[in-house]
Amino acid sequence: MDRVPILKISDILLVSIQGDLDDHAVLTLQEDLADRVVATGALGVIIDITAVEIVDSFVGRMLSTIAGMARMLDAETIVVGMRPAVAITLVELGLSLGGLRTALDLEKGIALLSRPGPEPAVTDDMSPVGQ
Amino acid sequence: MSQPPRVVAPAEELTIASNDEVVIVRQKVRATAIELGFSLVDQTKVVTAASELARNTLVHAGGGHARIEVLDNGHRRGLRLTFADNGPGIPDLQLALTDGWSSGGGLGLGLSGSRRLVDEFELDSEPGRGTVVTVTKWTR
Ligand SMILES: Nc1ncnc2c1ncn2[C@@H]1O[C@H](COP(=O)(O)OP(=O)(O)O)[C@@H](O)[C@H]1O
Ligand SMILES: [Mg+2]
Repeated sequence: MDRVPILKISDILLVSIQGDLDDHAVLTLQEDLADRVVATGALGVIIDITAVEIVDSFVGRMLSTIAGMARMLDAETIVVGMRPAVAITLVELGLSLGGLRTALDLEKGIALLSRPGPEPAVTDDMSPVGQ
Repeated sequence: MSQPPRVVAPAEELTIASNDEVVIVRQKVRATAIELGFSLVDQTKVVTAASELARNTLVHAGGGHARIEVLDNGHRRGLRLTFADNGPGIPDLQLALTDGWSSGGGLGLGLSGSRRLVDEFELDSEPGRGTVVTVTKWTR
């Protein structure tokens, strides 16, 4: 099985899973991503599963593990493009994937990552006067 | 009225001895589900169940076989999948079917979760003899 390519775009690592990965390829991707997060100091990981037809407990666990691992390395993970049928099936399978951030598509995923962190609560003089 | 289901297509027998063959099981199950006219959601559910059960055959029993059959009950058509192995068997079926219980390494959702994804689910296992899991999903 070929390795899943990992692209780096500024501070983001982008993985687009194509086709049906066997379990070995899934674990390889998990390890490759951990290595790349450390090597690049990436701040975000986006995993695009638009082309993925099923997410079973093995793939689901890989997604959670990557997110947990990336968080410890100070990177945020967003899973984008989950098909509705996959989401419905995951719920029935019993996999909540709690703690995993998702976005509908790549563009929204990138927007989530580039959103600045929480602002200080105090407003300053430059703020527009809101209602 | 439904009749006792009969098999309407020759059964397809697949070996499960490697990760590649788990992928092949998923692909054949999907192709058959599409042929039967399953909705996209039902295709996804039955392929996901097949993936879980085929992995169990490989990981927990060291390999076995999958059989894919098309059924007709005079009213609807069905997809019946049988996963059989001569592995160690399951000592406590109730426990094995508990959400989140795994004898090691897994999330423990393969049996309990795939039971929810299909219409009929049968688990037959005996320590020392092996395990047979049979699931059926019917068209709507
Ligand atoms: N074919 C099998 N042969 C032997 N034991 C099995 C088999 N399938 C399932 N089991 C047992 O049932 C348990 C629960 O299975 P499952 O729900 O798929 O969880 P997991 O595979 O994540 O452990 C397994 O941990 C294993 O002990
Ligand atoms: Mg399992």
